[in-house]
Amino acid sequence: MSAKDISRSDVEDFLYDEAALLDEWRLDEWLKLLTDDAIYQIPSTDAPDSDARNALFLIADDATRIKARVKRLNDTEAHAESPRSRTRRMIANVRITERDGDTLAVSANFSVYRYRRNSPLRHFVGRYEFRLRVTDKGLRIAERRVILDPTELGTLGAISFIL
Amino acid sequence: MTDSPFIIDQPEDMVFRLNRRTLADPEILTREQTEIFDKSWIYCGHESEVSKPGDFCTRDVCGRPVIFSRDSAGDVRVFLNACRHRAAMVCREPCGNTRRYNCFYHGWSYNQDGELVGVPGEDSYPPGFDKANFSLAEPPRVDSYRGFWFISFNPDIKDLKEYLAGATEYIDLVADQSPSGEMQVIQGTQEYDIRANWKLLVENSFDDYHLLTTHKTWLDYMKDSGVQVEPPKGQGLLLPSKGIGKGLGNGHAVIDNINFRGRPVARWISIYGEDAKEEIEDIRTELVERLGEKRAARVADTNRNLVVFPNLVINDGSSVTIRTFWPVAADHMKVTAWALGTKEESERARARRLDSFLTFYGPGGFATPDDVEALEAVQAGLATWREVEWSEMTRGLNKEGEQLNTDEEHLRAFWREWNTLMTVDA
Repeated sequence: MSAKDISRSDVEDFLYDEAALLDEWRLDEWLKLLTDDAIYQIPSTDAPDSDARNALFLIADDATRIKARVKRLNDTEAHAESPRSRTRRMIANVRITERDGDTLAVSANFSVYRYRRNSPLRHFVGRYEFRLRVTDKGLRIAERRVILDPTELGTLGAISFIL
Repeated sequence: MTDSPFIIDQPEDMVFRLNRRTLADPEILTREQTEIFDKSWIYCGHESEVSKPGDFCTRDVCGRPVIFSRDSAGDVRVFLNACRHRAAMVCREPCGNTRRYNCFYHGWSYNQDGELVGVPGEDSYPPGFDKANFSLAEPPRVDSYRGFWFISFNPDIKDLKEYLAGATEYIDLVADQSPSGEMQVIQGTQEYDIRANWKLLVENSFDDYHLLTTHKTWLDYMKDSGVQVEPPKGQGLLLPSKGIGKGLGNGHAVIDNINFRGRPVARWISIYGEDAKEEIEDIRTELVERLGEKRAARVADTNRNLVVFPNLVINDGSSVTIRTFWPVAADHMKVTAWALGTKEESERARARRLDSFLTFYGPGGFATPDDVEALEAVQAGLATWREVEWSEMTRGLNKEGEQLNTDEEHLRAFWREWNTLMTVDA
């Protein structure tokens, strides 16, 4: 299998499954969707196209840090997510923008609704830029970049869950 | 309305109490806007954000839109971002470089020096209309200290350096990290909000008492990464091993402690990776050559969390953070944070600094979200201020001499100044 054997609906199925794992807080299972060298990044809202090596991001995790993030979120003393947020992810406009060997570049719009305790609804809107790798176990996430549309986080508070 | 004082400050009786109303009542915020923010020097921006003539950043300071900029002569200038004709903002971009600030409403335009240079249909104004009378307005006072620019809407305020008082020593320790003395705000701004009173973030920014409980998962992460998280024993060379907290005059205050959780300048820890060791040693060698052994150790081996009254925080530890925040309401603030690096640092050192920043700080960090949660939990609890009027703030009050960073002397220093300003005209 290579990237050219993967259709858009294959990618959509994969992204919907990923969204369900995150909404259901099945984070250890979510980790299994990542490659060993995966990265997870959210650039600052005023520098959406920048590089984490020379710009301040909101999140710039390598694989080790992603695992540490999940470990933290599984701990009831991660106070920002204890009690946990309830999230609902809508993923749309999924496009395969590039195929190169075993790697696909995928762009998708998202609308993530978040409720927590008695806080008002917090609504995160933006686009995902994924690099997905075709492996013998199926698609895996090598890069997960979250580009937020709001010009500032404003009333969105902290991004304490996995967006 | 209660007539209780804002604070009860009787150190001889071991009493320091804070009236919780100060953190919850909208009337207090209204008074703070005139008595605190409009009377103080307020941080506006860092010189590196506007390095060339025509560079600008727009921001809100004390509820006023301002243009932080560099003029045609290369001097930093701050303009009120309001057209002299009908008050529309003349610059609506967050940052950039421009020859002109153009008001699109009726077309008035201003040069980099704020001078009105274009008025469409100028001949319809009566005789005596002179463009020279309509330059962009500037705040009454603008001044800088080591690259940090402040403005004040109080024309009679003391000079900035005198105002900063003991805080200058700590700003010097930050700026001295750079071989040229020039620091640089790094691209990428973290902007987020907290549903809490702004003064709770003042307290939280240098409250070391909350570290073990609020940030347990961050400490676990550091431990998992092979970093020594307990303070070193018997290492009282520069400071008491647990660190100190103290007021610096005029409401500024600091906690100052021995670093043992790593500094990009210049204290290696395992989390930076073996390949970073040599470069961090080189950075340290440069510090020693330039500053001498003792001063270099002070710069490299101690952390500081500095509050410049009322709303600037410079945290200089695993990275350098500039943080400022504004009340939106008595129970809501907006926070802006930047990373500061030395101008000369290599690409690898810059990347390491930014990585180090994110392990703790920011809305997606391993610690800041828990601070946000703590402050929001406090604010929710403060709805009981009419029933439970006072917060106890006496840690360390029975001690002679230096107070620990887990004591509350530095918090009391902030609150005493706040109280003075809020009651002086009452």
